[in-house]
Amino acid sequence: MSGSSKTPISPRSLPEEEFFIGHKACAGCGGSLAVRLALKVTGPRSLVAVPAGCMSAVGFLYPQMSFSCNAIISTFAGTASMLSGMAAGARALGWRDVKVVGFAGDGGTADIGLQALSGAIDRRERILYICYDNEGYMNTGVQKSGLTPPGARTTTTPVGSTMRGSSGPKKNMFEIVAANGIAYAATASVGYPQDYLDKVARAASVDGTAYIQVLSPCPTGWGVPSHETTRIAREAVDCGLWVLGEYADGKHILNRDPGTFAPAAEHLRTQGRFKHLTDEDVARVERDRDEQWKKIRDHWLR
Amino acid sequence: MIPMPRPIFQKYVAPIRAEDYPIGTVAESGVLLSGSADWRRERPVFNADLCTGCLKCYLACPDGAVVREGKKVVLDERFCKGCGICAVECRLKAIRMAAERE
Ligand SMILES: Cc1ncc(C[n+]2csc(CCOP(=O)(O)OP(=O)(O)O)c2C)c(N)n1
Ligand code: SF4
Repeated sequence: MSGSSKTPISPRSLPEEEFFIGHKACAGCGGSLAVRLALKVTGPRSLVAVPAGCMSAVGFLYPQMSFSCNAIISTFAGTASMLSGMAAGARALGWRDVKVVGFAGDGGTADIGLQALSGAIDRRERILYICYDNEGYMNTGVQKSGLTPPGARTTTTPVGSTMRGSSGPKKNMFEIVAANGIAYAATASVGYPQDYLDKVARAASVDGTAYIQVLSPCPTGWGVPSHETTRIAREAVDCGLWVLGEYADGKHILNRDPGTFAPAAEHLRTQGRFKHLTDEDVARVERDRDEQWKKIRDHWLR
Repeated sequence: MIPMPRPIFQKYVAPIRAEDYPIGTVAESGVLLSGSADWRRERPVFNADLCTGCLKCYLACPDGAVVREGKKVVLDERFCKGCGICAVECRLKAIRMAAERE
């Protein structure tokens, strides 16, 4: 696909250096794991932009900076435009071996940063945009974003007599960037790190804009113990609630079909944000999932 | 012994001139970098006899606190927040969480 390699990344071949270390993310933060792993692939010559959100809040506590490669905070809305400028700057300086990569939360991506991302895709910027999707505005205290799944309790979608968590559907960012005609897009999960590393490698070598959306549980906002992060992120895939897919050369590819799904009820209710879900609510989630999977199984390549 | 290269920690000296401002990763200002993190209530203990070096824990640590050493792994205590993910990820139960102050 687009001349990028399919050889899996071996964990042993990753550099020993840590490029995101000493950060102040909560214990067990999935977003920080997504950043750490991606930079292991893109390496020391990464030029990083991080907008307002948890990863900039925990990563740039001057003078104790957690990125040991070049990194800068962008405006909340401007991840993709700042990446575009950085790529242009690198071109102007003749830096050919750099990887321009951004890490934005789901709010910074699907809501306020969407137009900048769409513009970058339109200009075919050679940038890698990684959305660490923790399904809410976590840094400001867990508000609902366009990527908060239905039913999830947040501080702006509480559970009470008039409201039962987030009511709308989760925006389909993967299809949105595909519809923008992006060169490469993928979904990943920190519970499947090998798959994620391979996708970062592929995305980083694509000639054009690349987007990866990686499910990154937030123990603090989701109401789960810190040791559950990767297990929950894996379980979401096994339950069929998170799809591992790719979009390249205009085609959708399914990377993993769990066949029969692991039960969703237990997966959801062990998370504080879904504790209130009734059997009926869970059945609705499963119905939506099955509908989505029917389309995927009918139309995506394996 | 922690294999190098790891980030270089500079001592923080209050800057007087612009060029004195530190560039890059700097120690001292936070609890995390000064000895064992104050956040930690539990800490992983690795059993090297059971470890096969599969590196599942290494790929799951949000803090880069699991360090490859030879065919196995060791803990960089400076960065471990005690989240416990590594112990969950280890299929061979080679990692156990122990109380920080036993
Ligand atoms: C223009 C602008 N609006 C609002 C904010 C306040 N703000 C800072 S971080 C944040 C939440 C970010 O949420 P998300 O992008 O999902 O990332 P996360 O915190 O979950 O990592 C908000 C609203 C801001 N910095 N700039
Ligand atoms: S609030 Fe959530 S996303 Fe933010 S640092 Fe903590 S665990 Fe990570």
